[in-house]
Amino acid sequence: MSVAAAPRVRLGAALSWWPAWLLGLLVVCAVFAPWLAPLDPDRQNLLARLKAPGFEARGAVYWLGSDELGRDVLSRVIHGARVSISVAVLSVLLSGVVGVAVGMLAGYLRGWVETVLMRLVDIFLSIPAILLAIITVAVLGPGFVNVILVLALTRWPRYARVAYGQTLAMADRPFVRLSRAMGAGTPRVLFQHILPNISGPLLVVATLEFGLMVLFEAGLSFLGLGVQPPMASWGAMLSVGRNYIATAWWIATFPGLALFLLVLSANLIGDRMSDKIGKGR
Amino acid sequence: MLRFLLQRGGQALVAVFGVVTLVFFIQRLTGDPVLLLVPETATEQDIEAMRATLGLDRPMGVQYLEFLFDMLRFDLGRSFVQNAPVWDILVSRIPQTLQLAAGALTVALLIGLPLGLIMALTRGRAVSRIIMGGVLAFQSLPTFWSGIMMILVFGVWLKWLPPSGIGTFGHLVMPSIALGLLSLATYARIMRSAVIDELGKDYVRSARARGVGTGRLVRRHLLRNASIPVISITALELSQLLAGAVIVETVFAWPGLGLLTVQSIASRDFMVVQAVVLLGAFVTIAANLAADILYTVVDPRVRLTGKS
Repeated sequence: MSVAAAPRVRLGAALSWWPAWLLGLLVVCAVFAPWLAPLDPDRQNLLARLKAPGFEARGAVYWLGSDELGRDVLSRVIHGARVSISVAVLSVLLSGVVGVAVGMLAGYLRGWVETVLMRLVDIFLSIPAILLAIITVAVLGPGFVNVILVLALTRWPRYARVAYGQTLAMADRPFVRLSRAMGAGTPRVLFQHILPNISGPLLVVATLEFGLMVLFEAGLSFLGLGVQPPMASWGAMLSVGRNYIATAWWIATFPGLALFLLVLSANLIGDRMSDKIGKGR
Repeated sequence: MLRFLLQRGGQALVAVFGVVTLVFFIQRLTGDPVLLLVPETATEQDIEAMRATLGLDRPMGVQYLEFLFDMLRFDLGRSFVQNAPVWDILVSRIPQTLQLAAGALTVALLIGLPLGLIMALTRGRAVSRIIMGGVLAFQSLPTFWSGIMMILVFGVWLKWLPPSGIGTFGHLVMPSIALGLLSLATYARIMRSAVIDELGKDYVRSARARGVGTGRLVRRHLLRNASIPVISITALELSQLLAGAVIVETVFAWPGLGLLTVQSIASRDFMVVQAVVLLGAFVTIAANLAADILYTVVDPRVRLTGKS
């Protein structure tokens, strides 16, 4: 009996990690998009406009239908994963590095550095993030790189807050004080002793922020302020799909579903991580 | 108490000043704010003329001080696209956004709080886990997708509700739900952890020992004590709702501040975009301040520590 039971337990354990599998699957889609997509995502076919899922034309099957220019929705959804994930990863990295640096410096150096930096954090946090992103894109103009810069600009204070609080708590610990007494300089204390010990909560924040960045990018693209056509972005596809909702429901449905699954998997993973660590938010 | 209020009020003023400064600098990120205000077809002379009328040919310091003073007088400038004072344009849109925010908040509170309470009372059981799964799903729903899907199902297929626009109560239902779902998740989670916190306390155990039933316990004690975190999160939710309105209003063609922002970006009406951002920031700061004050009224313990 026990022999038969063992694999089932392992299968159960593997299944309980489905958010990670889902995220992995979407990342694979993003990385291998050109090989996985059945058709060229940018190739238009005006004879095959707004065709329902399963439509066949000249040997090509449009599994999820075609959009208003006759492009394959499935291929565009797969390529859209690239845009979503790369924008989210890059903006999380950029805002994370800036925010953590600011937060650690404020929490470790204290004094006027703390006052200035943390007031700055408060100011940034008092503008609703999406509005700050919108006004900045309105000034800088849309596009792939600008979206990443804008998202980083709006979100670094979140990391700064967490890093600051954690550093404050860590700076008084005996091992940190000892290392300072032994002559370790500020960079050494910060990177060797404090950063490794506060990285858990920061990772939780980064995971939850990843989901949020995916939503922000899609939101900006939905409003026409994000990644520009013809690049396949889920948000932009949704905005087209909104206009064709009465005649071609599939254009908006599938990119939105992909978006939802990506954000959901990131949020579930972030939640589990924060349960494990005990706190984080 | 007074000292605490003065301190928090001072912090709010610093934040307002900082936000105004930040917006001033964002305007100048590309180096030339005039380019944000003129139509794309403008000639070199038009641009120069505009620069002179707006005083943008003067030194940066002077421009900054003038911007600050304009804000002090609540003068948000003039929209060149609509040829009207920005303030009047905003005022014509505010009621619709308030209506939408009120609808969304109603949805979030009426559904979110009971869900949170149920999750706390059934902790560890399957019911609780299932609700939690649903709540997490709501939290990950992009509002523009859930909105479009509702339009598809209830507007196009079932024809129960008008797909977009404004006018009747029916028009308000779908936008409110789309906007409210995100806050609903937040409320459910806050309520859950607040009630679980309270359940672990001594007074609950002694009340139970005295034979007080669950219903009475919830009504008399738990709800009141759990309301503190709920109040403070409402302040944060208000600004979330305002920001979320940008997308929801676009989806449902709801003529509020959010749609105004998007239209103003398209018509290169930067003065209006800037005004909405400033308004959003001021509402956020004011709401946070109000939450802190309410906090001290509801929970006298906060007064003693003097810091939130």
